[in-house]
Amino acid sequence: MKTVLFLLRKEFLQIFRNKGMLPIIFVLPVIQLMVLSFAATYELKEVDFALVDYDKSIYSQELIQKLQSTGYFAMREYSDDADAMLELLEKGDVKLIIRIPEGFQEALTSGKSTDLQLIIDAVDGSTAGLIQSYTNSIINDFNQEKLGLIASKYSMAPVSMVNLKTVNWYNPDLDYITYMVPGILVVLVSMIGLFLSGMNIVREREIGTIEQLNVTPITKYQFMIGKLVPFWIIGMIDLLIGLTLARFGFQIPFLGSLFTILVIAGIYLILIQAMGLFISTITDTQQQAMFIAWFFMVVFILMGGLFTPIESMPQWAQDLTKVNPVAYFIKIMRMVLLKGAGWAEVYKMVTILILFAFGLIGISINRYKKTAG
Amino acid sequence: MADSVIVTKDLTRVFGDFTAVDAITMDIKKGEIFGFLGANGAGKTTAMKMLTGLLTPSSGEASVSGYDVFTESEKIKKRIGYMSQKFSLYDDLTPMENIQFYGGVYGLYGKELKQKSEELIRSLGLQDKRSSLVGSLPLGWKQKLAFAISIIHDPGIVFLDEPTGGVDPITRRQFWERIYEASDRGITVFVTTHYMDEAEYCDRVSIMVDGRIEAMDSPEGLKASFNTSTIEDVFIQLARKAERGDE
Repeated sequence: MKTVLFLLRKEFLQIFRNKGMLPIIFVLPVIQLMVLSFAATYELKEVDFALVDYDKSIYSQELIQKLQSTGYFAMREYSDDADAMLELLEKGDVKLIIRIPEGFQEALTSGKSTDLQLIIDAVDGSTAGLIQSYTNSIINDFNQEKLGLIASKYSMAPVSMVNLKTVNWYNPDLDYITYMVPGILVVLVSMIGLFLSGMNIVREREIGTIEQLNVTPITKYQFMIGKLVPFWIIGMIDLLIGLTLARFGFQIPFLGSLFTILVIAGIYLILIQAMGLFISTITDTQQQAMFIAWFFMVVFILMGGLFTPIESMPQWAQDLTKVNPVAYFIKIMRMVLLKGAGWAEVYKMVTILILFAFGLIGISINRYKKTAG
Repeated sequence: MADSVIVTKDLTRVFGDFTAVDAITMDIKKGEIFGFLGANGAGKTTAMKMLTGLLTPSSGEASVSGYDVFTESEKIKKRIGYMSQKFSLYDDLTPMENIQFYGGVYGLYGKELKQKSEELIRSLGLQDKRSSLVGSLPLGWKQKLAFAISIIHDPGIVFLDEPTGGVDPITRRQFWERIYEASDRGITVFVTTHYMDEAEYCDRVSIMVDGRIEAMDSPEGLKASFNTSTIEDVFIQLARKAERGDE
């Protein structure tokens, strides 16, 4: 036990002596949280579009006005030359071309169907999807209006249709910051946990001190505790800073219990650190360790449901998320913070995290050898 | 002479089809200063790693401080000190912090640790370097500090792997004075070196060639039986036969 205290003291001395490392540990996460949260937004902001209106009717004018009045779309060009408009799309000046055919108003007023062409720049697939769904709903609205007019004109009962009324629960204003921040907090503690503790061990190997430690009576358990605990504490402090910022800076609602979050975060950090430890047992240099850790981190984050919903991934990718600790913790964070979920809802996922943690620690302790060969 | 503290019999270590250490047999007594010589790649470091429990031998027998290197390497680690050619102190800690850390690891604590640390700092003349980082000290001082730390827990044996590489003769001489002091305290010193003048300071010397111990005797004995005036000549005669070069 005393040995562990000496190890811890040494680690903390080294961490706080490293003037370059301190800002990385405590300031970078804050910056990361702010930048990512503001930047990673899926809201549509003023999409520039070009209009090719062959009808030049009141209806076509109305439709365009309707689009623009939502504030999501702004007309940049207006022309009958469809090719010129396509060029604009190609150059990236506009993201959308709306083509209204001749006889548009005529068809609508006489109760016939007509076509409307939308050409969307889909290089960025998710934005394209948003453009499509936004325009769809606006055009639908327009359609309903006109149908009603026709009905009254021919004094028929208005065509009855199912009208969808959507209410967004848990995040009523579809605020992306509310959605992103809990996930980004997860990324933040994962980085600290995975990179710092694993890297630290490899560093001792690089400078050769690990050999010196290996000829001392330090047991590998003591050694590992000495390496895990400091960065566990730092990870938790970072999380607390992040949560404070989320609550009071970003006004994220904390519906669930903070205590639950902290306990699960504690378990999660152990798991992530165990991964770092494992990486350190299979690498000889910080460069190798960094690369492997980075590789896993990118895969975990991209497939963790932070940016793209897991439900829309292909089945094999969804299966992979079952071994992705980042995915579990992001889900738990969102459930607890935004939905107020308690133990009953998350205990299964937490159990899985605990099992992973034990497994990985077991493997790393087994792999870490004080003797070579 | 007193009891044997390092005993090996046909100790061998094989890496693949390469025999790094080939059936070495030796018997080192308590308090002895034993010089373990050999050209680069002769297998010195491998042999030393086996004796310190860093490497498991392939075959043969060996005991250190009465404990078997195959089965009791953790017990051995409590009773030996080790200082390697790779510099093993923490550059980003002060001398005092290094002393306290390693002292603590070897089970010293409280008053005893404090007292010992102060004593070390004083005897090394590091009082005014107390708060500077080890990384900023001259190499010779680092080596003296590393040696002092390696024997902070009064081990029965200390293993020194090329402890004086890269420093001037005066600093080396000072370092050897400390080795004598340790030996006087009853600590057995097992030292590898490339400096033949240092070999002359040893009680006994072995010369390793291609994984085997080709000669082992007191420096005087070696010079007499090889009919030369210096250990260097003995070494050159033997090492010339080596087939292995640098590792």
